[in-house]
Amino acid sequence: MLWDLFSTFFKIGLFTFGGGYAMIAQCREVIVESKKWLTEDDFFQIITIAESTPGPVAINTATYVGYKKNGVIGSVCATLGTVLPSMMIIFIISLFLEEFMKNQYVAYAFVGIKCAVAFLIMRAGMGMLTKMEKKPLPVITFTVVLAAMIIFEIFAVSFSSIFFILTGGFIGIFVYSILDAKKEGNTK
Amino acid sequence: MIYLRLFFEFFKIGLFTFGGGFAMIPLVKEAVIENGWLTESQFYNFIGVCESTPGPIAINMATYVGSTQGGPFGSIVATLGVVMPSFIIILLIAVVLKNLTNNKHFKAFLRGVKPVVIALILSTGIILLLKAVGFAGITSFRLDIASIIIFTLLVMITFVAKKYFKKKVSSIQLILISAVLGIAVCCIL
Repeated sequence: MLWDLFSTFFKIGLFTFGGGYAMIAQCREVIVESKKWLTEDDFFQIITIAESTPGPVAINTATYVGYKKNGVIGSVCATLGTVLPSMMIIFIISLFLEEFMKNQYVAYAFVGIKCAVAFLIMRAGMGMLTKMEKKPLPVITFTVVLAAMIIFEIFAVSFSSIFFILTGGFIGIFVYSILDAKKEGNTK
Repeated sequence: MIYLRLFFEFFKIGLFTFGGGFAMIPLVKEAVIENGWLTESQFYNFIGVCESTPGPIAINMATYVGSTQGGPFGSIVATLGVVMPSFIIILLIAVVLKNLTNNKHFKAFLRGVKPVVIALILSTGIILLLKAVGFAGITSFRLDIASIIIFTLLVMITFVAKKYFKKKVSSIQLILISAVLGIAVCCIL
């Protein structure tokens, strides 16, 4: 069982390009359909948990499935399986990348790749933006943070985005749960 | 002590990244630049590499920075750092906090964080584009024509693929196309 967990997640780690969301589809196929480790409902519950807790979705899913199947040791095996392929590949790349970048054509290729990376990041952000709830609070938060980040960058102010994340979260608790609770209290 | 520093910085990144791969890019950028681990341009080049290799971006980033700063042991420590918070939190949820994700305050927290994360991701993309086309600071702006041409072509290619062939160009395809365009445009100019 432990070996099965490790090797299954190793394969998932090895063949997922393009980050978390591509992985979800593949995970579902393996875990629900071929291995039958979880039912469809359980799987979606795990994805919800994985998405709403910090950290890479792939790691969260592996840890959870591993634990469900074989306790703490199972979660260690599954997580290790997911991490190892990337680690080995990137470690090898890290030994050569700087040397490789000195080649003129590689440098040219990276002029293009930099544009593609900007494009991909913006595409991901726009995709999430279109799905964001269009109510005053999220729209204002979004605009303020976006403007602040760009202005800080232009004037070379260094600032931690963790501050924005935590502030956003606490405003969320204050507005959505405390005020809503008050409103409910008043109507009763 | 470089190993402790690597572990701690990546632990922090793992702990505060809500919403998957792209959300961690601004946090990693801040960490690597403040510590002088990578230059901004090395950092963005490496995102290109991450997008074309398998595995979560967070793991790839941690392994790479760890390896360039502290060798094999550095890469293990940094990766462990980025994985640890998720691992601990998920185990806690699985064992004791079964209802955390249904908790009202926790849901409200996430709802508040979401627009922040979207803004962080988009601003990262916009800033990177500004830098690619030649913005280097408030007083220096040198238009990079090659990048403008490549970016415009990429936008056109994805638009045409979506509109006429009903296909979304995947990240890897886009990276490959952009590499070819980069070589072609730079050689011509």
